Amino acid sequence: MSRILLRGGRVLDPATNTDKVCDLLMEDGLVLEVGQKLSAEDAVVRDVSGLWVAPGFCDMHVHFREPGLEYKEDIASGGRAAVAGGFTSVACMANTEPVNDDPAVTDFIIDRARADSPARVYPIAAATKGLQGQVMTEMSALVEAGAVAFSDDGSTIMDGGVMRNVLEYSCLVKKPVIVHAEDCCIRGKGVVNEGPVSTRLGLPGNPTAAEDVLVARDIALAKVTGAHVHIAHVSSAGAVEQIRDARARGVHVTAEVTPHHIELTDEATLGYDTNTKMAPPLRSQADVDACQAGLVDGTIDCIATDHAPHAVHEKDTDFIEAPCGIIGLETALPVCLGMVRSGALSPLEMMRRMSTEGVKLLNCPGGSLEVGAVADVVVIDPDLTWTYDPMKGYSKSRNSPWSGKPLTGRVLATYVGGKLVFDVNEGVLFP
Amino acid sequence: MIGRDLLSMEDLSREDIEKILDTAAHMQEIGQRAVKKVPSLRGRTIVNLFFESSTRTRMSFEIAGKRLSADVINFSASSSSLSKSESIMDTARTVDAMDPDLVVVRHKVAGVPKIIADALSAPVINAGDGAHEHPTQALLDMLTVKQAKGRIAGLTVTIVGDVLHSRVARSNIYGFIKMGAEVRIAAPPTMLPPGIEALGVKAYTSLRQAIEGADVVMMLRIQMERLQGALFPSVREYSETFGLSRTKLRVAKPDCIVMHPGPINRGVELSHELADGGESVILEQVRNGVALRMALLYLFTGRPSKDEEVAALGEETK
Repeated sequence: MSRILLRGGRVLDPATNTDKVCDLLMEDGLVLEVGQKLSAEDAVVRDVSGLWVAPGFCDMHVHFREPGLEYKEDIASGGRAAVAGGFTSVACMANTEPVNDDPAVTDFIIDRARADSPARVYPIAAATKGLQGQVMTEMSALVEAGAVAFSDDGSTIMDGGVMRNVLEYSCLVKKPVIVHAEDCCIRGKGVVNEGPVSTRLGLPGNPTAAEDVLVARDIALAKVTGAHVHIAHVSSAGAVEQIRDARARGVHVTAEVTPHHIELTDEATLGYDTNTKMAPPLRSQADVDACQAGLVDGTIDCIATDHAPHAVHEKDTDFIEAPCGIIGLETALPVCLGMVRSGALSPLEMMRRMSTEGVKLLNCPGGSLEVGAVADVVVIDPDLTWTYDPMKGYSKSRNSPWSGKPLTGRVLATYVGGKLVFDVNEGVLFP
Repeated sequence: MIGRDLLSMEDLSREDIEKILDTAAHMQEIGQRAVKKVPSLRGRTIVNLFFESSTRTRMSFEIAGKRLSADVINFSASSSSLSKSESIMDTARTVDAMDPDLVVVRHKVAGVPKIIADALSAPVINAGDGAHEHPTQALLDMLTVKQAKGRIAGLTVTIVGDVLHSRVARSNIYGFIKMGAEVRIAAPPTMLPPGIEALGVKAYTSLRQAIEGADVVMMLRIQMERLQGALFPSVREYSETFGLSRTKLRVAKPDCIVMHPGPINRGVELSHELADGGESVILEQVRNGVALRMALLYLFTGRPSKDEEVAALGEETK
């Protein structure tokens, strides 16, 4: 296999707390050496001076829609969108058709990913059969097949008794149970954050209490069962506060936040753009500030995009009928760099949350530039301003609030296992 | 100064409102003639695109259009391809392809007139969208108040009832505040929208306090079937606490007028005696609705330049 030398970049490796200008040499799929003035012998050299070199990003929350909903996205297109956005590992949610609640579906996803996806794809299995919130899935068999976590995601398990048993049983397989924390009774028909914005829009509000109540329940259940609860896409200040408190008490709870929930407020919904409709909804500035603070102090472990492709015709409708969610893989980096530019997080700490921490939670390879680590590497120009056009992106869908907007910060190259799979000039390089 | 579409009172300036009310005042006279027709919009096509059933608003727009000699075409959801699951956007684009000069849109979901206006070449008037806005109702209410009281600035206007679900309330709040009135709202806490004070109103949960010293009391229709048991315990309790009667109205100004956008639930939000009493301007609202909508169709269709239209209007109405 070939050698690749990245010459003179700012190497940001959260795993070893490295932030220095040096070279990085990859060979046979692994990081061979990190240091000054490495020999270029037999190596393809890429001059990355002035650029950042970081471990490939990890997104533990994507929807690749395959099997069954390939008109929105499939593993091939989703995997390409991932590496174009610098993500070398992703974990895909179980709400496909059929649902990933059976080892045969898990096998299918893994086989398809191996053949079609330049990014590493890890299946998250359903916690209950058919996402119905009643009968738990065969967790041992699913883990055997390759499931890395369990979640009913948007079909929140509303029966606390079922959830308790799911959590208790998950201790057998030692995998996280990921919670979309939203009490559907309190949410009601709410489609935007409840508050002055929902009042102005005249749309039904979804209060932060719907999220806070479920987070409280599942923290209590994590404590009583000893299970690992992972709170997906935290959006409310109350959730951040409770997670911070629970972690301080030693409860095994972790959390993720999306780029949109640390960047946009509910004011973005004022034009009724259905590409600002998501669950949980965009919240107030105070909630955005709390999510950012949670990411800074480690209450929230990592960034996850909740990449949720929907076809144009599905979003081209009114705000009530339109499905929830936006695509996020190809815009995550520039959006998250907002917190670096504001000084809230150092470049190294942002890379930690985009890469190393997610890898830890999934217990998968990557997230490190240590010698001997798999060479999942991303090259970033943090200052490049470009206009995002989903038509030119790799996702099959276009549902993004950043469509046509100028963004600053771009992935220039992505390596998976030491192979160049994305180059900004050549596009995705994968058969 | 007035934009291409009329989507909300939030968007209108005070000058826009004044211009619309002045134009409507000219139009009122046409309705008093034996032959209630002027040629202003002859050869113009106006489509009433009503995705939500409506009798009075649609009829008011239709009469308004006909009095100005426009060709008015009614589209209603029940008789349309909507039942064949065509998307609203495809329906709207189809209508637009027939080159109407103006499209009047009503939909049960907030924001639909806005997204339709963004997609259409014809101007759009919002005839009510979900719990968002109903600007033509607010404008006719303001015309009615202005003519009953001689002014709007300085008045105290109290809106009572299900403000949470009311597009009429929101539009009137924006409109009356812009024109210098004080606006109060009164409702059970379950029907007060969160953050409503940000719009500049005072919110009350006591009807008595809310109407004390008021010049205008506007009662909203309560959706009995849908909300009873959820947002209020019973019609009886609602009527006792937030229904208006002549006795309860005594704390308002002696010349206080009573309004209602209709249809009324008699004996629930409004007593018989008040609905038919001298305080009531409810039928005046309906009458003014036609003139007001004539003014809007005139101003938003064809779009002559500002100076031309005022001059032309003076000619026609003589």
